Amino acid sequence: MYAQQVDTGSKGLKSLDEMSPEERHFQEKVDGEVRIEPKNWMPDGYRKTLIRQISQHAHSEIVGMLPEGNWLTRAPSLKRKLQLMAKIQDEAGHGLYLYSAMETLGADRDEEIEKLHRGEVKFSSIFTYPTLTWADMGAIGWLVDGAAIVNQVPLQRCSYGPYARAMIRVCKEESFHQRQGYEILLTMMREGTDEQKEMVQDAINRFWWPSLMMFGPSDENSPNSAQSMAWKIKRHGNDELRQRFLDQTVPQLEFLGCTAPDPDLKWNEETGHYDFGEINWQEFFDVLKGHSPCGIERIQQRKKAIDDGQWVRDAAVAYAEKKQANNAA
Amino acid sequence: MTNDQALTEYLLRLADTDMVLAQRFCEWCGNAPALEEEIAMMNVGLDLIGQARNWYDYVAELRDDGHDADFLAFRRNEREYRNLLIAEQPRGDYAVTTAKQFFFDVWHHLVLTCLTESNDERIAGIAAKGLKEVTYHRRRSTEWMLRLGQGTDESHRRLTDVVQTLWRFTYELTDTDQIEDQLAEAGIGAGNVGDAWRNEVARVFAEAGLALPEPARHFYMDGKNGKHTEHLGFLLAEMQYLPRAYPDATW
Repeated sequence: MYAQQVDTGSKGLKSLDEMSPEERHFQEKVDGEVRIEPKNWMPDGYRKTLIRQISQHAHSEIVGMLPEGNWLTRAPSLKRKLQLMAKIQDEAGHGLYLYSAMETLGADRDEEIEKLHRGEVKFSSIFTYPTLTWADMGAIGWLVDGAAIVNQVPLQRCSYGPYARAMIRVCKEESFHQRQGYEILLTMMREGTDEQKEMVQDAINRFWWPSLMMFGPSDENSPNSAQSMAWKIKRHGNDELRQRFLDQTVPQLEFLGCTAPDPDLKWNEETGHYDFGEINWQEFFDVLKGHSPCGIERIQQRKKAIDDGQWVRDAAVAYAEKKQANNAA
Repeated sequence: MTNDQALTEYLLRLADTDMVLAQRFCEWCGNAPALEEEIAMMNVGLDLIGQARNWYDYVAELRDDGHDADFLAFRRNEREYRNLLIAEQPRGDYAVTTAKQFFFDVWHHLVLTCLTESNDERIAGIAAKGLKEVTYHRRRSTEWMLRLGQGTDESHRRLTDVVQTLWRFTYELTDTDQIEDQLAEAGIGAGNVGDAWRNEVARVFAEAGLALPEPARHFYMDGKNGKHTEHLGFLLAEMQYLPRAYPDATW
């Protein structure tokens, strides 16, 4: 999930009777699956929750370019270089239209980005992990984009129109990325050397658990889930989505000829799902609090890019103003 | 030198220049001054690598020695690389990247325009496809030259400083050597585009409020024949790391 632990500011769900007439009308629209559009009335909490969630989602797309950018200058063939460039470019595009969706709620892109750089808002925990070998480009495409898709497919039906529509395009592109990532790993496993195969298994070992953590803590420990569900921002619980991801991923893992770093992973005939081991939530909460492998470096790099680019943006603005003045004269 | 030998050399110059410039764009990933520029630079980089691949594929066919486009890109060393010197210069700040790209784009556009008329149909086809992309590249870098030249005092100063540093490498864009002359004579290559290049650069410099330096003169370096600045070795070391570290690997 690219947005984790989004605070709804809610202290418990209101019943329809407890709501103001405006709130009730809003909730009835949501319940009736009528999309909320920018100019419609919406509760303040709904607006703020969406701004938090969409900005966190957008920041994650942008910060998520960095672990891949780490290997862009070292991609091993023309084809792989082109693929990775296109993928990263898509992510920048996702960031852009997510910021645009967020701006329909009255938030400002530059202000939200400053909040990220000041550490006041988060980006997805997954992008604080380092990319240590080329196989990580495959593992990220397959596992991270795979987990993102499982989360984002239901967001296509999110009650807020601009966010839902942004997700439709994002999902199409992410599916493509996921297949590409898997193909990177499959090529290394099928046609690669022993060293390459070890690289693939090592990448899976490192990205397996962090990918499962992307869905966020169990629903009972996720205080904001109920309100987000009532507003139909969120459609499914964290555990349900995590299980869905796992069930579709394990057969792909086996097809690769690799294993998961989880001795408890096994098919459960009764439930029709895979059972899996305990997630290290301490690691997850540490990462969110900033005690993470590369979180500091990721933000430093983003901040430096924006700071170093100030004079460039200033020049562009000044030029546009001069041109406008000349045209007016 | 036969026309075929000259042709592979000539095509490698085009391919290597595209490749090296694209590699510099890759270095911008996550570091661009705005999200829109992140996307635009990646766009140009994608175009350039796509073009490089087309030229490399053709070179590989002409040489027919069992080496493919990836070999040409990832297994040749700096003395074998034939890119223009301007391409390998470090990405620097946005003024450096803009000026480098502008000088190259003007040249690239002129050269590809000529190559669409090449006797060699393969070349004409690749050039025609690339020309559409490069028309956009040239427009984009020209716009940035104007923005930085006319924008703020700081942007003007930065761009002026960069022009002073980079200008000396532009002789490769205005001079031709024997290989280029031979292929132009045979109706295959583009020939000398120096006059048109100077005219276009002068026009944009005037509009951007930049002083046009005297024409650059040849000096010790010669990228087209593999005599590069010290920067190229590091660029290739990074770019070629995986294929060189794992020569038997399939990616």
